[in-house]
Amino acid sequence: MRKVVRGFYSIAYSVKLCRPNVIAAYPITPQTEIVENLASMYANGELGECEYVTAESEFGAASILVGASAAGARTFTATCSQGLILMSEVLINAAGMRLPIVLVNTNRALSAPLSIWNDHQDSMILRDAGLMQIHVESNQEAHDMVPVAFKVAENHKVMLPFMINMDGYKLTHAYEPIDLLDQETIDEFLPSYDPPVYMTTKNPLTFGSYAPPQYYAEFRVVMQNAMDRARKELENAYKEWAEITGRDWGGHVVAENVEDAELVAIAMGSLTGMVRDVVSELRTQGKKVGLLKIRTLRPFPIEEVRKALKNAEKILVFERAVSFGHEGPVGMEVKSACFGLTPEFYSFAVGLGGRDIPREEIVKIIGNVYEGKVEQGFHFGTVKPFEEVIV
Amino acid sequence: MVMKITLGGVSKPHSSKNMKTGDWGTEYPVVDEEKCTACKACEYLCPDACIVVVEKDDKKVAVPDYEYCKGCGVCFSVCPADAIRMELKEIYKLEVC
Amino acid sequence: MSSRMSFFGPGHGACPGCGLTIATRNVLEALEGKCFVANSTGCLEIVSSQYDRSAWGVPYIHSLFENAGAVAAGIDLALKALKRKDEGKVVVFAGDGATADIGIGPLSGMFDRNHDVIYICLDNEAYQNTGNQQSGLTPPGSNTTTTPVGKLLPGKLGKKKDMVSIAVAHGVPYVATASVAFHADIRRKVKKAAEIEGAKYIQIHTPCVTGWGIDGKQTIESARLAYETALYPIVEYENGELIRVRKIKERKPVEEYLKIQRRFRHLFTHPRGKEVIEILQKIADENAARFNLDI
Repeated sequence: MRKVVRGFYSIAYSVKLCRPNVIAAYPITPQTEIVENLASMYANGELGECEYVTAESEFGAASILVGASAAGARTFTATCSQGLILMSEVLINAAGMRLPIVLVNTNRALSAPLSIWNDHQDSMILRDAGLMQIHVESNQEAHDMVPVAFKVAENHKVMLPFMINMDGYKLTHAYEPIDLLDQETIDEFLPSYDPPVYMTTKNPLTFGSYAPPQYYAEFRVVMQNAMDRARKELENAYKEWAEITGRDWGGHVVAENVEDAELVAIAMGSLTGMVRDVVSELRTQGKKVGLLKIRTLRPFPIEEVRKALKNAEKILVFERAVSFGHEGPVGMEVKSACFGLTPEFYSFAVGLGGRDIPREEIVKIIGNVYEGKVEQGFHFGTVKPFEEVIV
Repeated sequence: MVMKITLGGVSKPHSSKNMKTGDWGTEYPVVDEEKCTACKACEYLCPDACIVVVEKDDKKVAVPDYEYCKGCGVCFSVCPADAIRMELKEIYKLEVC
Repeated sequence: MSSRMSFFGPGHGACPGCGLTIATRNVLEALEGKCFVANSTGCLEIVSSQYDRSAWGVPYIHSLFENAGAVAAGIDLALKALKRKDEGKVVVFAGDGATADIGIGPLSGMFDRNHDVIYICLDNEAYQNTGNQQSGLTPPGSNTTTTPVGKLLPGKLGKKKDMVSIAVAHGVPYVATASVAFHADIRRKVKKAAEIEGAKYIQIHTPCVTGWGIDGKQTIESARLAYETALYPIVEYENGELIRVRKIKERKPVEEYLKIQRRFRHLFTHPRGKEVIEILQKIADENAARFNLDI
């Protein structure tokens, strides 16, 4: 069923088809309309065996899902920015407790200064949390990845929370024609949740034990093992999705024109489209440039990234966040995957706090790097001239 | 034996039974079965669930479980029949020089 | 071990004479073990939920310090969605700090949405797990590590937060206080709460041997003296109405309660001790008048 819908609805509709049992959320721009859509579906009795609540905070919403998930429910929430970092204590805890909560993060900048606009600083803070994380490029991809998220999170070999990152405003607020999934397709792809353990009086287990030093390290090792297994399970789910729906979004990464590329540009999320467009144009001009779209950030696809970059002379990462005191986080990830290879490395943080990223900026950055006009390392994209003062 | 690491740290019910806390205390309760009225005040108030009223020689009496009893003296303090006294463990009677 | 009260322990690591575990055992007994427990981080959690050393015989979850109210709400929602509500009641065990300080937001949300949860606040009047730091429910004059007695200060200044009124103001159907001094009363109140649909709040006074500086043999006596001095009124509200109080035959002066505890001992020697004792006596008198406690 093809319809023109907003990004919010593409998520909400897909969540509904996944037959969740408990949805808890708290409004935050630019996420709110996802849960408003779900609230409306709940009010109209369209969510089946599902309870929906607006919590007292994002912290409360995530905590509600910890209880619900432990009790055997399929759970969903959506948030972003301040909401995501307010949830972070709970999400890190949920990962350790191996609860397959699925959330959508509509990427937004962090305060201060307060900014409600898009970049990736929020989700990057949670790189080390134990959540699986993917970035989507379009609302169709967002729509399609919700069932994939539930399937992999609830896979007994994985059992970890799953966060789908979609760019706030750029995707959430955009109207696009979307092929909305149908219930039969989802039911075929996504079995009902079969928790390997859950809270029941029939088998009164203790959840959330604390681990003294003689145990703790092993629990963290098994989390790492689960992430390693998730690499394969997620790839399988991507493939199965493509087979069932005919829409192939690729694997952990999508590499285009990288084989002979002197320069490979790397992007995630909604920026990818524009970078692809620029790269294609440069190709027609005979310039040897390629594109690497990173879809899966956690578990990080080390081998795929390394393979795609093995021939590159120059790597250029478009960052949407900064690790203050170091550089852009995606560049750090990419460099670690390329250890031992010796390409030149460049990264540019662009579009912070929703700053528009004009096509010309991408053209200029790629052109300058290609022509050797900039120094290696981390840079900020276009920044206006300014003077630092106290008041 | 190889250590078991469960999913998310799930523990089995009552696995604390392996922790024998009976050697924690310096004292231990002794029940005067003649005086005990089996009122269960001690049973309800024992912080360690280790004094229980049971049938013994056709009489219901409170019986402490020394495997777990920490010798806190709550049972002694709440017994309305004055049927429980606390005694010092032998080892604590030794002189320290 | 043949105890019928086998839903908790033995083998847990609580201090000898701990008040928390007494209350916990009686709550679980009242529910006949048919319950789901959400526990905040704190003494009870630490002594009972070490990996592979669980003292619990009922389904139990510990997530964080400040979210037990919300976790319980989630269990309630899951049981409702999955049509498993007949399996048992949802119960929170949370300490006074987890309840009145760090977790009051999620607790307020749980009250506000009126989840079908029995919230038990185990009130030992300070952060005892970490060694007696003051909480919102620490009474005035208490010597804690973060309100220490010094040349100038006589322990905590400021009042004990009135969580009962806060709970009642949320409009939840059942609110009560109880004390380990009256174990049958704990069980009666929990049984009653279990019969009521919606959010219930029961705050149980649970002496702490280490934090209060008492002997295990004084656990029950100190709880009883808190009641007998009217410093810990035992009350019961249904639908916002005060329906029952535990009357006091011969109300004792607060000094009787204070003098047996190390946390208050300085009040009898400190230059500002008399002033604080007067404040405490005034609180007791006001409690007695407010709840009509004297016979």
